[in-house]
Amino acid sequence: MASLMKSSRMAARLVTSATRVARRGYADQMDFTLASGNKVFYTNQNVKQVSSRMAARLVTSATRLARRGYADQMDFTLASGNKVFYTNQNVKQVDVPSFSGAFGILPNHVPTLAILKPGVITVYETEGVSQKIFVSSGTITVNDDSSVQIIAEEAHPVDSLDASAARDVLSKAQSELSSASSETAKAEAQIAVEVAEALVAAAS
Amino acid sequence: MFSKTALLVPQCMQQQTRNMATLKAISIRLKSVKNIQKITQSMKMVSAAKYTRAERELKAAKPIGAGASAFYSKAEVTTPEGTESPKELLIAVTSDRGLCGAVHTSVARWIRNELQTKGDKVLVITIGDKSRAILQRLYGNNIILAANEVGRRPPTFLDASKVAQETSKYNFTSGKIIYNKFKSVVSYTTSDLPIFSLASVTAAPKLGVYDSLDADVIQSYLEFSMAAMLYYAMKEGACSEQSSRMTSMDNASKNAGEMIEKLTLTFNRTRQAVITRELIEIISGASAL
Repeated sequence: MASLMKSSRMAARLVTSATRVARRGYADQMDFTLASGNKVFYTNQNVKQVSSRMAARLVTSATRLARRGYADQMDFTLASGNKVFYTNQNVKQVDVPSFSGAFGILPNHVPTLAILKPGVITVYETEGVSQKIFVSSGTITVNDDSSVQIIAEEAHPVDSLDASAARDVLSKAQSELSSASSETAKAEAQIAVEVAEALVAAAS
Repeated sequence: MFSKTALLVPQCMQQQTRNMATLKAISIRLKSVKNIQKITQSMKMVSAAKYTRAERELKAAKPIGAGASAFYSKAEVTTPEGTESPKELLIAVTSDRGLCGAVHTSVARWIRNELQTKGDKVLVITIGDKSRAILQRLYGNNIILAANEVGRRPPTFLDASKVAQETSKYNFTSGKIIYNKFKSVVSYTTSDLPIFSLASVTAAPKLGVYDSLDADVIQSYLEFSMAAMLYYAMKEGACSEQSSRMTSMDNASKNAGEMIEKLTLTFNRTRQAVITRELIEIISGASAL
């Protein structure tokens, strides 16, 4: 914030000097320079008019852009009912399965909300290692300050899944689906089957 | 003369029996206080063990709570003003079990204050029998849902989901989860966690920056984040409860110890007095011969 203040003050000073020059007599010509700590926008260019508020806004947005651009940081949280995997950690990329289609999240992803689908989340950590985590259900939040929160009902690393146990779960869920009588029981069994199918796919 | 002795005799008898009785009464009382101390001590041990577990689990639940409420603060979701019939939903997170200081009372008091000012615009959901028992007598009509069988075992995500599912059946404009936030073994604060309805989320000023949203996604998102926040609040509540029970049982044991000391002193003194008196009776009887 301090640097922002400084640069906007500097820009304001620059603008004032430019206006003073213009007022002095070279009426239709203005040597306009707008520079900030991180970028030079104009150097002795001829512009029509500069309002200092606009200049300040320019500088602010430039700083915000710059902060976003070179920061390249992602505030990643992945928590579930049984375990916390990441808390405000910086990672490279996260691939998530959602009901609106699987997608990858990089730093500065457009803010969005999504519902997790049973499946595998792949987290590419900064050191070039990736971790695969199976999730049953939950939510994905991507905020405009590049923070990402994934909250899952239950999550486990894929390598700790047992394929045969997963198949057992699937067959049990399928038999439950076929024996379900009421509408809610059917829906519940349907969800169980979906999760079990994803579990089998992830484990094998 | 007769009338005088008639008055005196029972008095003497009474004096004697009372002394004997006090000795007996004191020893009974001493025994019961000792038993109570044993109970409070073991309760303290049990809750100390439960507390360590609850604290460990709370650490894991903290990112869930923070993550679930992050969207609401970042998207600047607020309760829309000036709705026609505002309904506020308060969810009291307590448990079935007492003997843990003022954890449940402080949650109930928070809600009672709210109810006193806002009256029947407030709907209350009580989790745990304690808050229901406190609020039921005066504000029974405001309670729309009561969950019990809470507190015997640590809360799970499934418990939270069940409450969230039931909650989603009711319409409300704004809401709060009232729970005890754990600070340290000896302290907690009663705080609230805001919950939002679909209408207030869709009216949020910064919702526009969020991409590819439809009503379905927001609805599911809200339901799940409600469960996540409830889970977090229940974990906080459970941890505060156990820590508070630990300290109050510790105090109870200490108080029982003090009581035992006093009672033992009185017991010994009384016993001594009885012996002395008996001796005096014997000696004076002997010397009278």
